[in-house]
Amino acid sequence: MDNLLEELKKNGRETAENLAKMLQSTPAEIEARIAEYEKAGIIRGFQALLNPNMVETDDVHAAIELKIRPERESGFGSIADRISRFPQVDSCFLMSGGYDLLLFVTGKSLQDVAHFVAAELSTIDGVLSTATHFMLKTYKDQGVAMECRNGGEERLSVTP
Amino acid sequence: MRSFVTGTVRDLPKSGIRRFFDIVADMKDVVSLGVGEPDFDTPWHISRTAIAALENGATHYTSNLGTPQLRREIANYLDRRFNARYDWRSEILVTVGVSEALDLVLRAICDPGDEVLYHEPCFVAYPAAVKLARAVPVSVPTYAEESFRLRVEELEKRVTPRTKALLLNFPCNPTGAVLCEENFRELADFAARRDLLLISDEVYSELDYTGAFRSFASMPEIRDRLVLLNGFSKSWAMTGFRLGYACGPREVIDAMMKIHQYGIMSAPTLSQAAGVRAMREGDADVARMREEYRRRRNFLVASLNGMGLETVMPDGAFYVFPSIKSTGLSSEEFALRLLNEHSVAAVPGCAFGECGEGYIRCSYATSMENLKTAVKRIGDFSAALARR
Repeated sequence: MDNLLEELKKNGRETAENLAKMLQSTPAEIEARIAEYEKAGIIRGFQALLNPNMVETDDVHAAIELKIRPERESGFGSIADRISRFPQVDSCFLMSGGYDLLLFVTGKSLQDVAHFVAAELSTIDGVLSTATHFMLKTYKDQGVAMECRNGGEERLSVTP
Repeated sequence: MRSFVTGTVRDLPKSGIRRFFDIVADMKDVVSLGVGEPDFDTPWHISRTAIAALENGATHYTSNLGTPQLRREIANYLDRRFNARYDWRSEILVTVGVSEALDLVLRAICDPGDEVLYHEPCFVAYPAAVKLARAVPVSVPTYAEESFRLRVEELEKRVTPRTKALLLNFPCNPTGAVLCEENFRELADFAARRDLLLISDEVYSELDYTGAFRSFASMPEIRDRLVLLNGFSKSWAMTGFRLGYACGPREVIDAMMKIHQYGIMSAPTLSQAAGVRAMREGDADVARMREEYRRRRNFLVASLNGMGLETVMPDGAFYVFPSIKSTGLSSEEFALRLLNEHSVAAVPGCAFGECGEGYIRCSYATSMENLKTAVKRIGDFSAALARR
């Protein structure tokens, strides 16, 4: 992966000035490269990575496995697109193995998710079956551990 | 009552780093650039291997030399990385970090009054370790203008009939210097011409950002007079495992082993198991950490130069060694005021030898967030000094 994308994956809020120093470039060039990535659709956005264990909300998260019947012309593509358009769907992946699509969805409550599965997902033409797994706790997300281990704090602050 | 402590130890100065450590320990909100160890966690698969070894009952002594598995793995690694051939049965000794290996080799080769040449600025333990071996440390200065490389002319001026060994550390703590090809050959020739043992501490060998580093072990012509010291601490972020090794001619390794046998017995068994895993499966971890260090180095050097503290771009290790001469302060004053007034810990250059005066050592083995805060504070301090 491009070194600029690597750095932005680590910290999307890093300033162009700091990025330029790290990557031996200039702030103007860094800004231009980011703009180009955005224009090309390679960078799709910047978000804060929250610790769901600590954010005050009643939201419920679930992973849903879907078996679907591919369509003659578009294969899995158009049905995946139809499903992805629901705002409840955070992520949608085509999978190998025992099922076809893996969704991560968010709802206001358990009933809300249940209703979405029963009334929306299952009724879509081509959806053969669903299996819903509610998420209980987040240990790690997007490469970031949510609980701080404090091993590092025992590190001495000045050593040879 | 009489003093029971030997004259040698009584006269040995405490490390200049220790004093700073004591001050920092009582302060809050300090950003430390004073740390000489990786900030990364040990790669999890390596730690897991140590845990599994514990579960499997690997809690006994090992062979004095180290486990055959680890010695074989070290031999493979040196062959793979540096094209160096060592017989794992007789030419490799596993030690408690490179620190122990250094102590062993000096005690094994020095008779009282023998002289050991080494370059300054250097790792704080070198002159002390030489003195503890009842030998005489002879320092050779290196200069920022020459990217802290060691010149043979300077060595020739100081070599005597009592000179026994030349002790080198490239990539260098605290300067980050790496030898250029020409310098590398000159030094090997010098050791051969003067019939010296060459002790090469290459613990930072994996932290080489330009590909310029060459191991002395890759030179067959000096094989008989080379003791190579290396370890796992810096390459795989394994400082707490206390694991290093020495490779060299059978006679010297055998002598070192005797001291090790009576003083230490064997390196920690769990650590040796972890070391095997690191060398076998840890290349990607090294590459990942090296890439991160490289970006931090670039950031820190650009920032320090940007605020008028002249800084050589170092080719290796994880230190930069900026000059603070433009501020008119001594390195000790600069570091103390930086700590007391701006809560950034860096080590004064004079802790690494006289010619380190006028510099401070900043380690970038800390997060980008810490580096950014430190740079901001050092900038404030420099600006305040300039306004006076």
